Amino acid sequence: MISTVVSPEKVERRLKILDSEAKQSGYFLNPDMDFTRGLVEGLILNAERYGYESCPCRLSFGEKEKDLDIICPCDYRDDDLSEYGACFCGLYLSESLINKNSPAPVVPERRPSLHDRNLQPVNATIPGQLPYPVFRCKVCGYLCARTSPPEKCPICKADKDRFEIFI
Amino acid sequence: MTINPDHVDGIDKGKIMLYALSTCIHCKQTRNLLDELHVAYDYLYVDKLNKEDMNSVLMDIEKFNPRGSFPTLVINNSKVIVGSRLDEIKEALG
Ligand code: SF4
Repeated sequence: MISTVVSPEKVERRLKILDSEAKQSGYFLNPDMDFTRGLVEGLILNAERYGYESCPCRLSFGEKEKDLDIICPCDYRDDDLSEYGACFCGLYLSESLINKNSPAPVVPERRPSLHDRNLQPVNATIPGQLPYPVFRCKVCGYLCARTSPPEKCPICKADKDRFEIFI
Repeated sequence: MTINPDHVDGIDKGKIMLYALSTCIHCKQTRNLLDELHVAYDYLYVDKLNKEDMNSVLMDIEKFNPRGSFPTLVINNSKVIVGSRLDEIKEALG
């Protein structure tokens, strides 16, 4: 049976873990605690009904392979944090938005439509041409291939501006 | 379509349809605003439907909002507000 309300203790427990994981890797949960608790409750309900914590603000079909990109933290979180200062749901905010005391902005959906997701070809790599640039943390040498460097280095917590384009 | 949305009584401001998810906090904020404005509206928690209905409703939503994201608010089958853009909703229904 899927519970329609999650006990506050359960929410608190999950929240604590998410918060410490976020801090450890240089991310920040939304300090608006009522808002954040609401989202954590959604994550718990989704874990109960689908078996994985899919994004509370996106439609899941209950098939894990098709939802991999929206299992929290989703594939779109970091791009949205870089561009809008918040993930689509507003569970994660950028440090600068938090310092400004700004509420979570409305973030447009970055995930492609169902139709476009079905069309997406497997990434074929042409030698010498990478599908993503590789960024290097100048502090600890951490490398990552993505559209822009992370807000903070997940290894040494250095800020975004300590990253250089490596390849 | 045999899928029946839930109805909330209130002031008639035209046909207001809210496509929402039961776990989505932005959908909740949007519903709260509609309740505060005391407007009559229909809403559908798409995540509660069976797969077949889910697919057909998603196709309806995509006509208004190609990304198929939530919340999608459709006013009189023409004006579409995507996301909990509360000021925009207030303006459209105020
Ligand atoms: S949008 Fe935020 S809450 Fe939703 S899955 Fe992505 S990271 Fe998690």
